[in-house]
Amino acid sequence: MSSLLRLATAGSVDDGKSTLVGRLLYDTKSVLADQLDAVQRASVDRGLSTPDLSLLVDGLRSEREQGITIDVAYRYFATPRRSFVLADTPGHVQYTRNTVTGASTAQLAVLLVDARKGVVEQTRRHAAVLALLGVPRLVLAVNKVDLIGYDEAAFTVIAKEFTAHAASLGYPDGSVLSIPVSALHGDNVATSSENTPWYTGPTLLEHLENVPVAPDPHEAPFRFPVQYVIRPRTPEHPDYRGYAGQIASGTVRPGDQVVVLPQGLRSTVESVDTADGTLDEAGAGSSVTVMLADDLDIARGDLIASASDRPEVTDEVTAALCWLSSKPLQAGTRVLVKHGARTVQGLIEEIASRFDEQTLSTVDGPDVLELNDIGSVRLRLSEEIPVDDYSQSPRTGAFLVIDPKDGDTLAAGLVGDRFSTLGAPEKA
Amino acid sequence: MTAVSESAVPVEATDAARDNLKALESEAIHIFREVAGEFDRPVILFSGGKDSTLLLHLAIKAFWPAPVPFPLLHVDTGHNFDEVIQFRDQVVEQHGLRLIVAHVQDWIDDGRLTERPDGTRNPLQTQPLLDTITEHKFDAVFGGGRRDEERARAKERIFSLRNAFGQWDPRRQRPELWNLYNGRHRPGEHVRVFPLSNWTEADVWNYIAREGVELPSIYYAHRRKVYRRDGMWLTEGPWGGPRDGEVVEELMVRYRTVGDGSCTGAVESTATTVEEVIAEVQASRLTERGATRADDRLSEAAMEDRKREGYF
Ligand SMILES: Nc1nc2c(ncn2[C@@H]2O[C@H](COP(=O)(O)OP(=O)(O)O)[C@@H](O)[C@H]2O)c(=O)[nH]1
Ligand SMILES: [Mg+2]
Repeated sequence: MSSLLRLATAGSVDDGKSTLVGRLLYDTKSVLADQLDAVQRASVDRGLSTPDLSLLVDGLRSEREQGITIDVAYRYFATPRRSFVLADTPGHVQYTRNTVTGASTAQLAVLLVDARKGVVEQTRRHAAVLALLGVPRLVLAVNKVDLIGYDEAAFTVIAKEFTAHAASLGYPDGSVLSIPVSALHGDNVATSSENTPWYTGPTLLEHLENVPVAPDPHEAPFRFPVQYVIRPRTPEHPDYRGYAGQIASGTVRPGDQVVVLPQGLRSTVESVDTADGTLDEAGAGSSVTVMLADDLDIARGDLIASASDRPEVTDEVTAALCWLSSKPLQAGTRVLVKHGARTVQGLIEEIASRFDEQTLSTVDGPDVLELNDIGSVRLRLSEEIPVDDYSQSPRTGAFLVIDPKDGDTLAAGLVGDRFSTLGAPEKA
Repeated sequence: MTAVSESAVPVEATDAARDNLKALESEAIHIFREVAGEFDRPVILFSGGKDSTLLLHLAIKAFWPAPVPFPLLHVDTGHNFDEVIQFRDQVVEQHGLRLIVAHVQDWIDDGRLTERPDGTRNPLQTQPLLDTITEHKFDAVFGGGRRDEERARAKERIFSLRNAFGQWDPRRQRPELWNLYNGRHRPGEHVRVFPLSNWTEADVWNYIAREGVELPSIYYAHRRKVYRRDGMWLTEGPWGGPRDGEVVEELMVRYRTVGDGSCTGAVESTATTVEEVIAEVQASRLTERGATRADDRLSEAAMEDRKREGYF
């Protein structure tokens, strides 16, 4: 079992995301006295009778003034079982790009709905984004159950509707758990609520502590984007030449047969080095330095991959884009594509379709992709790069679309036909 | 007072804590290498304090066995602790690094800055920092900031774009997706980079214990002459204390953060080893900055306002 769980909140504005995060921090004793004092003082200033726990996370002046979340807040808490990195995201449609930021590295998302309103447009939009990014597990927190008199029937209706919706997005049975909570009062957040005797499942915190997340690294093929070539040329290390990077997927051992892409050069791993010494084996997420048996011309941006299971090398990519810019995308637009440690030029040849996240259907041949649209495009690149399907290897199937003029990040890119695979969320 | 912590024994030797620290280390190393690969003139902010010492430790690991390919920069308020400055110089010498020091005093002497009535020099660091960045054309500036320190920091990206005036605009942050960092910037702009973003104070101390990272002695309990101001233990020094009516006492104290002496408070402590510090950090009911930093107490948005002006 993994020791670290990365999670994100999602859901419409005012559903109680920030309050829930504040409640989790508070109930796990992660809020220290001076932080609580500050929240208490600020709550009194705002004329509130009980402390507003959302002030623990809404850290920007404009957020506190408006009582909303604008950008992601990262918070950290730990229980004896696990450490948590939590991204609290905004609910407004116009800040969806910040929700995408928080969700791109999440292993689990807590999607909130207001028990009085149930599943709304923004719930469906966020669920689609989470499915697109391949966040493998969801919790539907049906919040504010205190305001519906802890009514089981109302909870069940919402939970059923959402589970069915998630299933059509590809979330299998068992990957979605619905919990009735009150972020304000703490019901079923860290302690089982006496107000919901009909709910027999785990509390939110119990679930977060126990949910399995670790993917099996031995199943995935080895992928290693070269970030930097380490060549000290010092008297102690005159001939050292190592390729530094973070393993994107799979594992590596000395003796492994590898191929360097896009060149297609074959070699054998001689050693896996770190400042702490050489390793017998290293797995996904580890930053290491790989030394090869042969003297090859390898530079930043190249990919070292398993020789027996290699990615496709291509300059023609079909990909899903989550468009994050207010400048709409049209076919014919020139962009930069950052993939692994390599940035190449790209041309959007065609916008093949747009995904309607409300009806879960596709619209063929749209003229543009606008802010927050999810679309499928055909992308031509200035040079060949090694890519995987995002559903197979997220780290080597993901890319950024960058505006060459001002350097802004325009879109999250995911290689492959994601709309047909929205049926099979993978681990991010 | 000697620098402690030769101990490389993990204090929380559970597998859980160990994996978590490995993951944080790998993430930080990845960030250092990205910057080395994509920027022309990076620099590491290095004061000799614990977070910047950790930052340098990780940079050394990221490029080992090659030397760190960046210089270091310290904005010296002139109100620093002697032990920390000595430690800073010793580390620079030991690793054969290049250190650039911007002395706030120089800016005061030639009139570009004026001393504040309260004698605090922390806010005066911003201008020398920005001037030095411009003078050396630095395009990436590593800082040791952590998101758990303060709630405005909790909002900042790992790659934080600053405009030509060094300002942070929290409403214009780029999306930061997966581990793909976008370092593009226009001439005159630069990027602040925070490899320790996802570390907590407890992570920092557990890692320092495990790796046997040496720190300035003032992070461990020692006897010191202090006086009470605004609920904090301040030390005697050229920054204007004690004033009339402020009584000097000798106490066992240590520092949780180290900044400008005029606004950095000590905490009473008996922790003389890294293991004892970890136990204290775990039992503490105050945050690192809440316990020790007057500069953050000024208002609800003190940190955000300073960051907007170009502070790190
Ligand atoms: N009655 C009740 N109110 C809640 C609950 N959770 C949140 N709220 C209130 O709903 C409002 C919006 O909460 P906030 O956390 O800012 O929502 P966000 O926009 O999703 O982050 C605030 O006034 C909260 O106090 C709950 O469980 N019960
Ligand atoms: Mg919120």
